[in-house]
Amino acid sequence: MTVQGEPAEHQWVDDHAGPVVRPYAVTRGRARPVTGTFDLISLVTATRADVGAEIGLGPEHVAIVGLCQRMQSVAEIAAHLDLPVGTIRVLLGDLVARNLVQVREPRTSAGLPDNSVFEAVINGLRAL
Amino acid sequence: MDYGPSERPAGATPLPTAIKILVAGGFGVGKTTMVGAVSETRPLRTEEVLTESGVGIDDLSGVEGKSTTTVAMDFGRITISDDLVLYLFGTPGQDRFWFVWDELALGAIGAVVLADTRRLADCFPSIDYFEGRGTPFVVAVNCFEGAKQYRLDEVQAALNLDPGVPVLLCDARRRESSKEVLITLLEHAMKTRDARRAMD
Repeated sequence: MTVQGEPAEHQWVDDHAGPVVRPYAVTRGRARPVTGTFDLISLVTATRADVGAEIGLGPEHVAIVGLCQRMQSVAEIAAHLDLPVGTIRVLLGDLVARNLVQVREPRTSAGLPDNSVFEAVINGLRAL
Repeated sequence: MDYGPSERPAGATPLPTAIKILVAGGFGVGKTTMVGAVSETRPLRTEEVLTESGVGIDDLSGVEGKSTTTVAMDFGRITISDDLVLYLFGTPGQDRFWFVWDELALGAIGAVVLADTRRLADCFPSIDYFEGRGTPFVVAVNCFEGAKQYRLDEVQAALNLDPGVPVLLCDARRRESSKEVLITLLEHAMKTRDARRAMD
C-alpha cells in the first residue's frame, strides 16, 4: 500500500511488506460466505456497470464488481486483488446476496452432454 | 447476461463454460513454465489459506497461526471463445498439500504430468494420484538441455504406465509444444470418456 503525495523515502511500508489490512479485516472477521460455494473456476459476471457507496460494501466489493465487467473466475479475482481465495469467497457471497454479480458453476467432464466442448477446445488450441 | 439452467433448447445462446486442466509434476520440472507458454497472459498466482487438517478449505481465512498454511497456485487462462474458457492450474509441488489437489482435481477434465528424466521418481506421486482418482492424464517428458534422451517406450516402462496412457516429449518453454501436449490430453480424455460411457 502506498501513501499518496508522499515522497517514496518517507513511506513507512511498501508493497513488498504485504498488505497493511489483514484479509480477515476485509471480511470483517467472517471465514465463510453467506451464500454459495464458489469453485476456483466458477465464472463471475457483474450485473451492473458500477456500484456506488452502498452501506456494507467495502472497496474490495467495489473492485470485484469493476473487475467482473468482463467474466472472471474466482481464482482470477483472487489473483488480481491479491487476496486469499477464502477471502474472495466471502466477498462474493455478499455480492451474490445483493444481486450485484452472477455466478456460473463450472461444468465437469461427466456433466458435458457430448464431446462438443472437447472438440471446441482442441480446435481453439490449434487456432492459437 | 442471464444464466439459465443447463437444459436450454438447441439454438439458444450457449452458456459460458469454464473447464480446467491440471499441470502436475515434481518441483522445478516446468509446470509454471508450461502454464505461461500457452496462456494468454503471464501466469497468475492465487493463494489458499488452509488449516492443516484440511477441514473446510476456507476455515480461518487470513488468520495467522500455527494451524494454518498458505498454498500458492499458479494458473493461466486461455479464452477459446466468448463462452468457453480453459484454465490451466499448476498443482502445488508438495505432497502434504494433497487436500488442495482434491479441490483442484474436482471437475478437472484431465491432467498433464510433467516428467524430467533426470528425476523421474518425482512424478510418481502425481501419476499415483491421477490413476487413483481415475482422472485422464498424459505424461509429457520435458526435454531439458543436457539431459540424456530416452525413448518414449523406455519412459513408459520405467513409470509402469498403463499402455493406454500417452507419453510424449515436449519443451515446456515453447507454445507450440505445450499446445500439442494439451491437444493430446484432450483427445485422450475424450477417448477415456467414450470408453467409460460404453461400459455403463
